[in-house]
Amino acid sequence: MPAEARSDGRIVIVGASLAGLRAAETLRDEGFSGELTLVGEEPHPPYDRPPLTKQVLLGRVRADDVGLPRRRAVEARWKLGVRASGLDLYGKKVLLANGEQLPFDRLLIATGTRARPWPDPDAARLDGVFTVRTRDDAGRLAERFAAGPRRVLVIGAGFTGSEIASACRERGIEVTVAERGPAPLVGALGGTLGAFAARMQRAHGVDLRCGVTVTGLKGADGRLTGAELSDGGRIDADIAVIALGAVRNTEWLAGSGLAAGPRGVACDAGCRAFDMYGIVTDDIFVAGDVARFPHPLFEYQMLSLEHWGNAVAQAEVAAHNMISSGPHRRPHLTVPAFWSSQFGLNIKSIGVPTFSDQVVVAQGSPEEGRLVAVYGYRGRVTAAVSVNRAKWLEHYRRLIETAAPFPPGPGAADRPESAEPVPSDVPDPKVLSHGPTVALTGHLPDRRLTLVRPGG
Amino acid sequence: MTGGAERGADRAGMQIVVDLNRCQGYAQCAFLAPQVFQLHGEEALTYAPAVPDDQLERVRGAATACPVQAILAGEQAGADAG
Ligand SMILES: Cc1cc2nc3c(=O)[nH]c(=O)nc-3n(C[C@H](O)[C@H](O)[C@H](O)COP(=O)(O)OP(=O)(O)OC[C@H]3O[C@@H](n4cnc5c(N)ncnc54)[C@H](O)[C@@H]3O)c2cc1C
Ligand code: SF4
Repeated sequence: MPAEARSDGRIVIVGASLAGLRAAETLRDEGFSGELTLVGEEPHPPYDRPPLTKQVLLGRVRADDVGLPRRRAVEARWKLGVRASGLDLYGKKVLLANGEQLPFDRLLIATGTRARPWPDPDAARLDGVFTVRTRDDAGRLAERFAAGPRRVLVIGAGFTGSEIASACRERGIEVTVAERGPAPLVGALGGTLGAFAARMQRAHGVDLRCGVTVTGLKGADGRLTGAELSDGGRIDADIAVIALGAVRNTEWLAGSGLAAGPRGVACDAGCRAFDMYGIVTDDIFVAGDVARFPHPLFEYQMLSLEHWGNAVAQAEVAAHNMISSGPHRRPHLTVPAFWSSQFGLNIKSIGVPTFSDQVVVAQGSPEEGRLVAVYGYRGRVTAAVSVNRAKWLEHYRRLIETAAPFPPGPGAADRPESAEPVPSDVPDPKVLSHGPTVALTGHLPDRRLTLVRPGG
Repeated sequence: MTGGAERGADRAGMQIVVDLNRCQGYAQCAFLAPQVFQLHGEEALTYAPAVPDDQLERVRGAATACPVQAILAGEQAGADAG
């Protein structure tokens, strides 16, 4: 196909959030002059999710004020408040829940994830039971926080659960965190930082219960009253926030013939979706939280990243490739990165900490409350995580990109003498309450590294 | 990056988003527009995504001054959605 032909035609983007928006802008920036349609299930124009569990739950920003700024006009047809219900791969049409059909020449799938619900649907309907994925969720929860609940129970201590607990404590709300794994954040950051996070939470007055599962939510007259724990304990709480990780929005692709399922939609490094036979398509692209893609820095394992920066970078590459042909296409090779803020700490990560067998505190220390932990796998650097030491991360990005030897040499002055690598203790995700925010969805022969659990 | 707000037809207010992967927490923005940007703890930046009208100039200044160009300011995306 001649290159010019690709800057024309009809492009449909399903999922009108961060990835969908940035892809639309990139398409126009790079000269796509055809018809562009964005379909989004939520009634709102694109908005930013990270502030939901931070500024919004702290009561500093209203939930309807988190809209995303545009980089440029996109001259698109926006179909908001309507769900895509199916894909006709052969007829090249997206089917909408309202019966409409949208023919396309090229399609971008950017349907992201949703919050994993509480498994008992009756209990999930109790007044006081929440999940936080959308601005509507966060708005309702922020209202309840403002009304001064007696106690909030957070189920799952991944990033979302930990940020919610942090917001509670900052607002002076009593909070219990229940986590099936051995520590908060352990699924994403391993044992050393997990232990640090546990001390942090307790120091801020969180009633942290690790190694327990919530066996049931209790209610009276339709309102939540508390929960029962696997250790026989009982928590009285008027609010429970379910922070059990995310479910990928791929149901609408069931039966479409694409390689789409609970782990996401598989694509190549150029964001082109695979069909169910593992053959790469040429007109269906994927970006953001719903994508699973191979990364050469991590032994070509399929990565699923629930990271803001990945959604942006992958959307840009997908859009570029949608209107480029052959050798003009680019690979999505960005080194994964994310941040979280909780308990007054700035936590930043680069690389894939779960892709590791060892970790060393290379700078600072947990005692000081500032540190950089560097992760290695089979003798090379694969990730680094900083706590209140963000400016050092750039250095480690280069080590990761060049597969530098692990443990890293003394790059910095404040390296403690005693720093010895220890096992990174990334648990099997089955033992966690929440799902991993980075999932290596392939298999490493020598380890039980993570396979994303389908469904439950 | 600034300028979306002047260009727009529908005069929707200015929104901002900070790429916090890129942000180095040097706090120039918090100094230039303290009502919009604040440090939370030592180096975690928080901000108000919907910029109050009387802060537009300050926010544009902050976006220009940010040493790593982490602040994106512009009109609400999809404000033209029908
Ligand atoms: C509370 C919270 C806090 C976060 N904090 C951080 C953070 O601190 N740092 C960080 O790096 N990342 C953070 N993230 C992750 C980040 O927000 C995501 O990586 C990002 O939103 C992914 O963008 P996306 O466009 O791929 O998917 P999403 O934002 O999930 O958007 C997908 C959109 O598609 C729509 N959709 C789904 N199915 C259909 C369908 N069938 N038809 C039409 N539309 C559909 C959905 O309604 C949704 O609007 C956070 C996420 C949440 C929820
Ligand atoms: S000026 Fe830029 S780098 Fe500094 S705190 Fe603000 S956004 Fe971050």
